[in-house]
Amino acid sequence: MADKAKGRWLVLAIPYLWLFALFLVPFLIVFKISLSQDAIAQPPYVPTFDLAAGWEAFKENFAELSFENYGYVLSWDNDFIEAYGSSLWIAGVSTVLLLMVGYPIAYAMARAPKSIRPTLLMLVILPFWTSFLIRVYAWIGILSPEGLLNQFLFGLGVIDQPLQILATDTAVYIGIVYSYLPFMILPLYSALEKMDETLLEAAADLGCPPFAAFWKITWPLSLPGVFAGCLLCFIPAVGEFVIPDLLGGSDTLMIGKVLWTEFAVNRSWTVSSAVAVLLLMVLVIPIVFYQNVQAREMEKR
Amino acid sequence: MRKGLSWFNVTSIVLGFTFLYLPILLLVIYSFNASRMVTVWAGFSTHWYVQLFQNQQLLDAAWVTLRVAFITASVATVLGTLGAIALTRYGRFYGRTLFSGMIYAPLVMPEVITGLSLLLLFVAVDIDRGFWTITLAHITFTMCFVSVVVQSRLVTFDRSLEEAALDLGCTPFKTFFVITLPIILPAVVSGWMLAFTLSLDDLVIASFTTGPGATTLPMRIYSQVRLGVTPEINAACTILIAIVTVVVIVASVMTKRQEMERQKAERLAAAG
Repeated sequence: MADKAKGRWLVLAIPYLWLFALFLVPFLIVFKISLSQDAIAQPPYVPTFDLAAGWEAFKENFAELSFENYGYVLSWDNDFIEAYGSSLWIAGVSTVLLLMVGYPIAYAMARAPKSIRPTLLMLVILPFWTSFLIRVYAWIGILSPEGLLNQFLFGLGVIDQPLQILATDTAVYIGIVYSYLPFMILPLYSALEKMDETLLEAAADLGCPPFAAFWKITWPLSLPGVFAGCLLCFIPAVGEFVIPDLLGGSDTLMIGKVLWTEFAVNRSWTVSSAVAVLLLMVLVIPIVFYQNVQAREMEKR
Repeated sequence: MRKGLSWFNVTSIVLGFTFLYLPILLLVIYSFNASRMVTVWAGFSTHWYVQLFQNQQLLDAAWVTLRVAFITASVATVLGTLGAIALTRYGRFYGRTLFSGMIYAPLVMPEVITGLSLLLLFVAVDIDRGFWTITLAHITFTMCFVSVVVQSRLVTFDRSLEEAALDLGCTPFKTFFVITLPIILPAVVSGWMLAFTLSLDDLVIASFTTGPGATTLPMRIYSQVRLGVTPEINAACTILIAIVTVVVIVASVMTKRQEMERQKAERLAAAG
């Protein structure tokens, strides 16, 4: 019996400790560094805590921590607030676009004959398995001024000078919608597929036109899928780095890119930590919400 | 459903799948372009593939990436499966909320935050950054995906099989390997594949946690892409796409066949 308990304990302890050491502790370190000051040293911030130096030194170091970096990030003179705002805006618009594009597809998939549904499902998942970077990269060749889209439109005679799409926010929207589409379709599909079709038949029998039946029955029943899909797209889109960097222009302001620049170009570890902590605080509400939805789904089963 | 597909449904599916596949298809087609100009078609050629296999930097990066992905997927599958078992079988335990939070949060965490926080950890404990730090970072975020995949299989399976084995005196350890693991194996395998492709694909976390000497394929591709589209990269991407497509199709055919055999066996058992 003792052995059994030990085995049970190990099954839990190994992943628990792993995530604790490599997921939770790093966040605490980020938080601590966000309260430190930049320094020309290795590592490039002060204070560093040295437990061997004793309690007095610890207290002294502790007093050096300050919220100065947060003041810097949250001041209107710097572009950070604007970057947070524009990231939320870009992610929000993209999520709405994703819903508008993904819903009809998920709906049609759920109505398709049962025999072809698994194939359709696999076709939605397959691009997800191919590299994210490749999928974003593919759009550069399409959207660039001498790219395939412009050539195509030239050929049709629709335009007489190339459209500038690459390096604008439009390209970022296209990139996000394209890359995240499977994340939107899958939860929508699983919500719509479970729906009882006799409800729609009943509505039709009682003289409800199809469009009204959709709004009164299908849409409310698909709401859990809508929530899940929107959150799955919105949260990572806010912190997106690769898409605005490759498809967006120099004036596309997104916080993921700002954090990277602050870290890799300006080499300010303390400010980038503060940016990360604030980003996390912005995202914590949807993340907690998502986690609750997930946990409830799991328990329902 | 009611009257099958309407024209609207068919249009959405056709347009949706065109949108999903056209960019990838164009990329593949243009990787066989003879011209250096990416947008001008100058006839079929495998020139860029030959060029690709002479590019030692890209080949080295690909080798690093494959090793990282293989180790990552294998360790993450073990850790993720353990996590899934703890979450589905242990009921309420002390610190459960924190544990499930740590499993779900990385799924939606922006990569820049995960990458930055892991880098700062590696600096704080002062280990040499490179191959192993990338691997540790990848294991951490992919194990959560494995956990979710395995969990969804664990909750739907019939626990009486495990209980029967335990009642008959089988040790929990042996029960897991004889009963539980074979049943959840498809989920464990797809967890492994998911972890493998996520690791293969990751740019941001690898860029943060790498050190001198360890450059992964996405990092190499990225630095070349920033200089402009090149047919060589198109060729590299096409090879990656081909590998992934073949693996996914083979895997899905295999699970389908397994499923059919299982159903056949069940029918036979019911008839007998």
